Amino acid sequence: MGTLASVFEQSGLATVAISIIREQIEATQPPRALHCEFPLGRPLGKPGDSVFQHQVLDAAFDLLKAKSGPVLVDYPEEIDDNADAPLSCTIPPTDDSDKHPAEAEARGLLPVWRRSYEKYGRTTVGKVVTPEQVPEIVTLFARIADGEDWTSVGLPGDPTKLGADIKNFYEEASLSLSDGVPGARQAETWFVTQTKAGDVIQRARVALEKQEAGSYFTTYILPMTQVRNPEDDSNA
Amino acid sequence: MSDKIVRKMLSRLEGYSFDEVPWVTPKPLSECRVAVVTTAGLNQEGNADWNPGDQGFTVLSGKKSDFTLGHYSPNFDRTGWVVDSNVVIPLDRLDEMAAEGKIGSVSDTHISFMGAQPDHTLETIRLDTGPAAAKILLEEEVDVVLLTPV
Repeated sequence: MGTLASVFEQSGLATVAISIIREQIEATQPPRALHCEFPLGRPLGKPGDSVFQHQVLDAAFDLLKAKSGPVLVDYPEEIDDNADAPLSCTIPPTDDSDKHPAEAEARGLLPVWRRSYEKYGRTTVGKVVTPEQVPEIVTLFARIADGEDWTSVGLPGDPTKLGADIKNFYEEASLSLSDGVPGARQAETWFVTQTKAGDVIQRARVALEKQEAGSYFTTYILPMTQVRNPEDDSNA
Repeated sequence: MSDKIVRKMLSRLEGYSFDEVPWVTPKPLSECRVAVVTTAGLNQEGNADWNPGDQGFTVLSGKKSDFTLGHYSPNFDRTGWVVDSNVVIPLDRLDEMAAEGKIGSVSDTHISFMGAQPDHTLETIRLDTGPAAAKILLEEEVDVVLLTPV
């Protein structure tokens, strides 16, 4: 972010950067930066709060009055994520008794996901598969979790991107199973710790490690703060 | 408290700084045309993917709102973005600021790169794609760029 700002400034454009990792901005020294200790992924702080967003923008553009730089100012309000408080969601039952329980769960969420999409008009699903394909991909990960070779189950693409499609599908569905705008990472923790598909991805991640699938796959298939070994949990 | 852990880990990463801080003195803000450059890995027209290490950029039309977020990292919240895209690319807020006369106007064109690049020197961005993206905004008569990360 900081280096990119300097590239634009050097090209003749005045820049002001919102900072979200303070040490990176200190290291890269862009001309003007407003450091916002807000949840990662929410640089304007509060979704759905136009008043707050305007306050942040006013503070950012105010830095354009400086006569010289680098300028680095801290926004006076901090916002924490809520990863420690998973959403409370009731997943609709399904009658897919012939399916893997995690696939049945995902199928039950399809109409819910569609409600979220109709409401917000945006999705982050689609790196490899469509939302409609997500349930069958969950079963492929379940087979990996149960010990099958990850290269032979028929994954249609990069397992990290497929894992993201599953996680994002669940997070977006959760928006229609809970009230209001969730805190940052609440849906993430719900997915990883409260759902069958989250458990499947966690166990598949361990299986991918054992199969030496590659550090990129095992590092980025789940958020780094959500990584745990279910076998360790059962031995605790 | 996950973000505190992620921030602590990312704070150790190296960063590239210029020998001298470049500096442009802008016109009064009320006369400036403003564009957003984000590192969220935004696309349009349904493409929700962005490969790790890709230092290219996408040109975003501010006339459409069909943005997708393709950033490869799982280490940030996406639900805020789904609920309200302004929390990443605040085009509605900028339109309101233009209507109030706080800024001159909002560019029809915006840019996205993707952050969390494994090559901290950002050589391709510094020497190729960054200047190319800036040229596009200069041709749109943009004066001020607001940069937003995720």
